[in-house]
Amino acid sequence: MTVLPASDRSLFVSFGEEISWESHLRVRRAVSCLHGIRGILNLHPAYTSVLVDFDPRLFSHEQAIALVSSQLEAHRDDPPPPGRLMEIPVRFGGELGPDLDDVARHTGFSAEHVVERFTSVDYVVYFVGFSTCFPYLGGLPTELATPRLSAPRKHVPVGSVAIGGPQAGIYPLSSPGGWRLIGRTTLRLFDPVAVPPPLLRMGDRVRFVPEASH
Amino acid sequence: MQDLGRFGWAHFGISASGAADPLALRAANLLVGNAENEPALEMTLAGGEFQFEGDAVIALAGSDFGAGLPLWSAVRVQSGYTLRCGPSRGGARAYLAVRGGLDTPRVMGSASVHVMTGVGGRALRKGDRVEIGSEWVRGPRPPARNAPQYSPRTSLRVTPGPQASWFSGDLFSGAYTVSEETNRMGIRLRGPALANSGGHMITEGVPLGAIQAPPDGQPIVLFVEHQTTGGYPKPANAISADFWRLGQMRPRDEVRFELVTMEAAVELLRDQEEWLYSL
Repeated sequence: MTVLPASDRSLFVSFGEEISWESHLRVRRAVSCLHGIRGILNLHPAYTSVLVDFDPRLFSHEQAIALVSSQLEAHRDDPPPPGRLMEIPVRFGGELGPDLDDVARHTGFSAEHVVERFTSVDYVVYFVGFSTCFPYLGGLPTELATPRLSAPRKHVPVGSVAIGGPQAGIYPLSSPGGWRLIGRTTLRLFDPVAVPPPLLRMGDRVRFVPEASH
Repeated sequence: MQDLGRFGWAHFGISASGAADPLALRAANLLVGNAENEPALEMTLAGGEFQFEGDAVIALAGSDFGAGLPLWSAVRVQSGYTLRCGPSRGGARAYLAVRGGLDTPRVMGSASVHVMTGVGGRALRKGDRVEIGSEWVRGPRPPARNAPQYSPRTSLRVTPGPQASWFSGDLFSGAYTVSEETNRMGIRLRGPALANSGGHMITEGVPLGAIQAPPDGQPIVLFVEHQTTGGYPKPANAISADFWRLGQMRPRDEVRFELVTMEAAVELLRDQEEWLYSL
């Protein structure tokens, strides 16, 4: 683990460069044991790291580093906080998944087989981030990995289910994006009046359930 | 409507938002006798007209919007008074604080409107009514001395970012211009391209004020509604004591970067806090 200042009010806590289940568990444990401590204002988890925003009026960098290190040490063997199992109904292909055929071509499977493989496993929300509440899903069967589009779309519809390289994700808002769109859910992933706004949270397990297209 | 932001939700993908110039918001609140985190109205570039349906004590802090009232001062206004703010004449933003605060819903502990996502509501529109609260903590204060001055040429002080070693001194080699595409998510700059010799990185958490270098090398300063994670390398980060400067930058302004040590950044913030608490 390395802890370095990222700005005059934040620390970058890194658990290595390798995206793995082990680093994900360490990130989750870090968020769980640092959340709510007075003077720690925000935690930004990612694949292998957590950015810790602190109140620079309360802590120096040295004090913040000591606090973070001792918390992580004290909780190093804690079981990871439990996640929930969330089922996401998806309609695949056609207008709702315009890149499904490209994924099939790239992987050498039929579109039906891509959907079958994609829905045969559970995914884990590694973290939510990017522009707003975007869930980064780990667990995509390696044979379905497909490179991103060479030029991102200007407008990806809300609820689009997508593959970006070895990752899967769901667009919580309509936004620009370069991932391959294979289907769409009508579930609302981002609700500005819900507390907290994202339906999917770090550590949740996700199961995609195919819905018949009409 | 803004306060100092919504903290504790970044791991749910929600950045803090909050006043683009937190120094002016805090000062406006302190001058009318409020706690510094009361919600106040944030005006950006264009002003507005605000009619008071009761007597009030108000303070305008930040840029001069031509309201005809002294800035950085608590001012008593009568029922029926209309405050008229035109286009900004100096910086980009001003804050209207009212003694007692503004009675507006808190979402996840903050009244701050996250404009891009709608968390916390929406920007005020013509015809909206806002109730004045009764949350003051002390009497109105004398006018502030040594208030910040705004210039179309800003010097922004930065500390090294996590990927500083990937970059040579390009960031400090010349002036940048604030792009028209700037918003509360990011301040886009045009100027000397930042050449990245380090390569590729894994997406990681990003703090307020981070200076990102996307592939075209034109820096983006992450602002109050910034994304919570990002995959572009960061050669530098604005210091906390200069966050107010970010909130006062206007499109076409000129920005130069100045590198300071972490110790100097902390010292500068301490001086700024002392000024605020002298109000």
